[in-house]
Amino acid sequence: MKSHDAIVVGGGLVGSAVAFGLAEKGLHVAVLDEGDVAFRASRGNFGLVWVQSKGDGMQAYAEWTGRSADLWPGFADTLSGELGVDIGYRKPGGLHLCLSEKELEDRKALLHRMHNQAGEGGYDCRVLDRAEVADMVPGIGEAVVGATYGPHDGHANPLYLLRALHNGLSLRGADYRPNARVERIARDGSAYAVHTATERLVAPKVVLAAGLGSRRLGPDIGLDVPVAPLKGQILVTERCPQRFAMPTAFVRQTEEGSYLLGDSHEDVGFDVTSSVDVIGQIAARAVRSFPFLNDVRVVRGWGALRIMTPDGFPVYDESETHPGAYSVSCHSGVTLAAAHALGLAPAIADDRFRETFAAFTARRFDVSQA
Amino acid sequence: MFRRLEEDAGRAPVRFRFEGREIEAYEGDTLAAALAAAGALSLRDTPVSGAPRAPYCMMGVCFDCLVEVDGRKNCQACMTVVEPGMEVRRQTGGDGAEA
Amino acid sequence: MTADYDLAIIGAGPAGLAAAGLAAELGLTVALLDEQERPGGQIYRAIETVGASRPLAAKALGPDYERGRGLVDAMRAARVDYLPGAVVWNVSRELAVNFSRQGGSREIRARHVLVATGAMERPVPVPGWTRPGVMTVGALQIMLKTSGLVADGRVVLAGSGPLLLLLASQYVEAGAPPAAVVETVPRARYVEALAHLPKALRAAGYLAKGVRLMRTLARAGVPVYRGASDLSVEGGERATGLAFRQGGRERRVEADLVALHQGVVPNQQITRLLGCNHVFDDGQRCFRPVLDDWFATSLDGVSVAGDGGGIGGAVAAEHAGRVAVCGIAHRLGALSEPERDARAAPSRAALDRDLAVRPFLETLYRPPREVLEPADDVLVCRCEEVTAGAVRGAAALGCPGPNQAKSFLRCGMGPCQGRVCGPVVSEIIADALGSDPGAVGYYRIRPPLKPLTLGELAALDTDTESGAA
Repeated sequence: MKSHDAIVVGGGLVGSAVAFGLAEKGLHVAVLDEGDVAFRASRGNFGLVWVQSKGDGMQAYAEWTGRSADLWPGFADTLSGELGVDIGYRKPGGLHLCLSEKELEDRKALLHRMHNQAGEGGYDCRVLDRAEVADMVPGIGEAVVGATYGPHDGHANPLYLLRALHNGLSLRGADYRPNARVERIARDGSAYAVHTATERLVAPKVVLAAGLGSRRLGPDIGLDVPVAPLKGQILVTERCPQRFAMPTAFVRQTEEGSYLLGDSHEDVGFDVTSSVDVIGQIAARAVRSFPFLNDVRVVRGWGALRIMTPDGFPVYDESETHPGAYSVSCHSGVTLAAAHALGLAPAIADDRFRETFAAFTARRFDVSQA
Repeated sequence: MFRRLEEDAGRAPVRFRFEGREIEAYEGDTLAAALAAAGALSLRDTPVSGAPRAPYCMMGVCFDCLVEVDGRKNCQACMTVVEPGMEVRRQTGGDGAEA
Repeated sequence: MTADYDLAIIGAGPAGLAAAGLAAELGLTVALLDEQERPGGQIYRAIETVGASRPLAAKALGPDYERGRGLVDAMRAARVDYLPGAVVWNVSRELAVNFSRQGGSREIRARHVLVATGAMERPVPVPGWTRPGVMTVGALQIMLKTSGLVADGRVVLAGSGPLLLLLASQYVEAGAPPAAVVETVPRARYVEALAHLPKALRAAGYLAKGVRLMRTLARAGVPVYRGASDLSVEGGERATGLAFRQGGRERRVEADLVALHQGVVPNQQITRLLGCNHVFDDGQRCFRPVLDDWFATSLDGVSVAGDGGGIGGAVAAEHAGRVAVCGIAHRLGALSEPERDARAAPSRAALDRDLAVRPFLETLYRPPREVLEPADDVLVCRCEEVTAGAVRGAAALGCPGPNQAKSFLRCGMGPCQGRVCGPVVSEIIADALGSDPGAVGYYRIRPPLKPLTLGELAALDTDTESGAA
C-alpha cells in the first residue's frame, strides 16, 4: 500500500473538508472515522452558511467566514457536479427573526459592534422592520417585530455535503476508513504513527479534526484542544410545497420541501437524547415565527453535540513541539467547509499554516488568563 | 376492487366525500377501507417522483395512504375513522403547509 | 417525581390485554395505551364488533380469532385505565410516556413500562411492490376484520409464512377464493425443517391447523405454485399481474390485486428509542430487544411482552404478558419471589409449549435472499424512493451502517420514519460489507415516534417567553 502524506483523524464535515482539500492538492490522505453511531456533529447541523453574526469580538473569524461564503458557490458547483446530486447550496441572503423588542435591540447592538469592528464598508448586514420582513418572507406571525438581514447568508444540505465530500475523497484516491477509532498518536522519527485498535498508520502530517475526540488525542502531539460539547436539537417536518427560499436562523425550508427547525443551546455533556421541553420550545418559536406551520407534522427530532471552544471561535493550531501535527476545531462545519477545503488545507499542504492562522491558536486562551 | 361480505346491520351508515364524490361507508370504517370499498385505491402521488401510491399495510406503518382530510394534509387514511361530512382529497407532490 | 401509575402498558393486543388484566388483579395501578380506537391489537382487531353484526366475516375468520374476545372482556372488566386512540410519541428513560390523543398531548409517568407493541409485517421489496394494487396479506386481513371487506377480482397471494395460508383459507371461507397462491419456500426447506418436527409436535395444534388450511385451499381448487422465486409485480400505474420463476420456468399470473407476505418482525421503535440492547436473531432473521427470563430489557423499569420481543404469535404473547407482569409485580414489591414464581409457572409452561413450533416455522419460512437483499433497481425506502443499489453505493463509499447511509441517501427519513426500510437497509449494508446485520446495526430511533403537528408540540411549551428568548 502506498504510504500516506497525511492522516486526518475524523470523517465529519470538518475532517472531510480538510481531507478533501489536501487530496485536491495531490496529497495521499487517509481519513480515520468512527463507526455508524459516532457522536457526529455533522448530522445535527442545521445547514446554514451563515455570515451575519459570526466573529463578534474576533475580526479574523468574521473575515474567515466571509471568505468561506465567497468560496462556497464554486465549491458547491464542484461537489454537486462530481456527485451528480445537488447538495442544495443557495445564497438568497438570510434573516434572523426577532420575536420581541428586546431581541431586536440585542441584534441591533450586535450589528453595530460588527460594523465598528469591520471598519468602513466592511460589514453590510442591516436591520429590517416588520414590514420589510413581510416583503421578504411570506406568512410571518404577529410576534415578529423585525429581523436582521445578511446578504451573504445562505444554506446547504449538510448531509449531502458530507456525502459529496466523501465522494470527492473517493474520486481523489483518498483512503477513507470507517470503524477506525484512533486510540493514540506517537512520534515515529519525523513522522507520526496513528494507532487504531487494529492498525498503525504513519504519515509526516496528521490533522486532528475529531470534534470532541480531539481533546483526548491532542496531548499525544503537543496540542491543547479546549473543546466541550454543546447539545443542539433540531426538528424536521414532512415535505411541504416550496414556500420560501430564504433561510432564517431558526426555521428554514430545505430543497426537498421539509422545514428544519432549531436551535437550542443546552450545556448537558454527552447526552444526545431529545428532551420534550426543548422540542416544545423549538416548536413554539417556529409557530410564532410562521403560524402556517401549526398544522405541519414533525417527522423527526434529534439532538447532536456541537463542538464549542471557550470563546465560540474556531481553534486552529500547529503543534509547537510536534511540527506537522495540526488541530482544526469549530462548530460551523457547513459555513466553513469551503474555507477549510480551499483555504486551510492548502496552508497545511504548503507548510504555511502557522503564520496564516496565528489568530486562531488555542494559546489565545492562555493570554487571556495571564 | 373490494366488496362488503354482508350488510352490516349493526353499524350506522356514514356519508363523506372523496374528490367531491359522495361515498357511503359504515361507522367505524377507516378512510382507507371505505375508499377501497368505493373503488378508490390510489390515494396520493409521492413528493419525490410523483408515482401513484395506495394503502399498503393498513396498520399505520407504511404511510403510503396519506390523504387530505378537511384541508389537513398527510392524514393516514388507514388510521382515520370516517366521520359524516368529511371532505377527503388525494394528495399530490410535496404536500403540507400550503392551505 | 411521583408516578401516575405503577404500570404503563403500550399496546392492547394479546400481550398487553393479558398483562393489564393480571396486573390489575395483582393490585397494580395500570394505564393501557393503544393507538387503535378499539382493543385487540392487529390479531384480534375489531373483535368486539365482528361477531354480532357481521356473522359471515366472523365465520371466515374462524375460532382462533374468537379467542381474543375473552381477553378483551377480561380487560374491560378489570380496574384498568384504558386509553384508546393514544398515539405514543415518546418514552423517556425516566419512564415518562408522551402520547397524543384527541388532538392534544399528555404525559404520564409510570414506575414500570411494558412495551407490548407487537409485530409488523416484514417488508417485501420485490420489483413493483410500490404499485397501487399491491398490499400486504396482513392488510387484507385487517380489512376483513374491521369492515368485512374482501377483495374481488383476481387476488394473488405471494410469499411465505402461516399468515399467507391462513388468509387464503379465510378468503375461501368468505366465498372469495384467491386466484392463486404463490409460495416462495424452496423445496429443500421442507427437508431442513423436518429436523425441528419432533419438537414442533409438542404444539401439534399448529401443525394440524396448517394441514387443515392446505386442505381448504385444495378443496376450493386454489392453484398453489410452490418453490417460486424472482417475484415481480407487473403493471403500469396499477398492478396487473405477478411474474415469477418456478422449476426453471418463467410464469405469470394475472392479478387485480397482489398481496405480499414474508412473515412478521418485532416492532422495535420504542425499545430502540429507549436505547435498550438489541440482538440480531438469526433464526427469526430480525432484530429483537435483549430480554431476561421475566421479559425485562437492559433498561431498568422497561419490559417487553409479545411479538415486540421476538416473534411467538398471539397465544404465546398472551402467556408472555402474564409472565412479564409477574416479574414486574415482584420488582414493584407486589409479589414475593416465591409468589412470583408460583404465579408465573402455569403461564410459563404454556408459553414453552406454544413456542415449541417456532424453530420449525422459522426454518420453513425463512425469508428468501431476494427480499432481504433486493436487486439494485428495487425501491427499498418507499417514502424517499431510495433503491437497493443506492444503499449498496453508500456502503461502497464507506458507510459503515444504516445511520450514515440514512444521512447520505435520506432513506428512512420519510414519514414512516424508517419502519419499512429499516430491516432491509441493515441487511443490504451487512451483505455489501460481508458482515451481518447485528454488526452493522439499525437506525437510531428518535422522537416523535409518529409524526406530530408543530401546533401540538408547541402547546407543550408552557413558557412562551422562553420560546422567544
